[in-house]
Amino acid sequence: MNEQSLWSIFINACLINNFVLAYFLGICPFMGVSSKLSNAVRMGIAVSFVMLVASICTYGINLLLQAIDAPYLQLISYIVVIASTVQLVEMFIKKFSPVLFRALGIFLPLITTNCAILGLALFQTNRGYDFIESIVFAFGAGAGFTLALILMAGVREKLDLADVPQLMRGAAVSLMVAGILSMTFMGFAGLGT
Amino acid sequence: MAAKPIKIPVVSETEQETNTFLNGLWQQNPVFVQVLGMCPTLAVTNSAINALVMGLATMSVLLMSNILVSSLRYFIPRQVRIATYILIIATFVTAIDYVIQAVSLEIHNALGAFISLIVVNCLILGRAEAFASRNTVNKSIQDALGMGLGFTLALLLLGIIRELLGQGSLFGIAIFPENYENWIIMLLPGGGFFTLGLLLLVFNWLQQRDTENSQ
Repeated sequence: MNEQSLWSIFINACLINNFVLAYFLGICPFMGVSSKLSNAVRMGIAVSFVMLVASICTYGINLLLQAIDAPYLQLISYIVVIASTVQLVEMFIKKFSPVLFRALGIFLPLITTNCAILGLALFQTNRGYDFIESIVFAFGAGAGFTLALILMAGVREKLDLADVPQLMRGAAVSLMVAGILSMTFMGFAGLGT
Repeated sequence: MAAKPIKIPVVSETEQETNTFLNGLWQQNPVFVQVLGMCPTLAVTNSAINALVMGLATMSVLLMSNILVSSLRYFIPRQVRIATYILIIATFVTAIDYVIQAVSLEIHNALGAFISLIVVNCLILGRAEAFASRNTVNKSIQDALGMGLGFTLALLLLGIIRELLGQGSLFGIAIFPENYENWIIMLLPGGGFFTLGLLLLVFNWLQQRDTENSQ
């Protein structure tokens, strides 16, 4: 494994196969939290952090499951690990940085049901990444998620001022914007190969 | 976006049951009205058959988890209910995952990790929390069937539109003549967002027209 392949894993997870815009993972927070830029930034950071921790934990769990030869426990153990990781991260942040904790607020517990985290754990197992590759993959996915969230929030803040037809308001117009964003991200295909 | 309240306040037992069922199918359609469970809705609907399998898999998980959650509703302590629901759902999803793998390896490969991701489909957890934990087994079954069917139909509709325009075929059978130029964009992620956005637009329009007519 060389430097080049690590870089391509990062670019791949962040831009080419962006979790939100190419795999549709984490659409719920993407639609729900992206109405204000400040919230979007916080949510993005929180998700990236949990992704990193969850990636390390699920790597360990996977080794253990392989050792005792019980692949059917994969899904159940992953979801338990992710749920408890979120809880742990929450307690940790509360203890060490109450300011950050207040800023993140309700977004932390919501991360448990974010498909991007479970998706990350499953993808890294399916693709057989080693420890370093998993961490880089988690970094890239988190950065990509944050990027997509911030871009979307920027567009939606402007959209509030625009004259959108009555029928298009809400989810319909957000999906259209997401579609256009997704098309622009297709322009990154070919990078990192 | 909130659904209209049911017009008749007093309804008989049988009427209530059909209401629970029809609610999920149309008035509270999980995809078009509640906008829940978007990840699978967009990710696997690039062909009609994938959409159908995904819809049916979600529906069976929803049905089984609703039955179990509602029959255990007096035994699950409130503090740990969410964790318990997730464990129940994850168990059934694992089972469904192996069933699909046994029936058709091809479809299993096409759907990939998205079968496992049914666990975090907000629709299932949402129904367990909002409906099954408070209602009888019988009503929960009605609710699961209605919501599941509503979800499957929405997925199928998206899958049909995207496959027809993107490949000119339906369930793998060519529909359009040879010289039809495929809209590649419909198969790509962007097409999924656009199709769902347009369908939401149509659905909003239909609901608005209904309200105007009833006034």
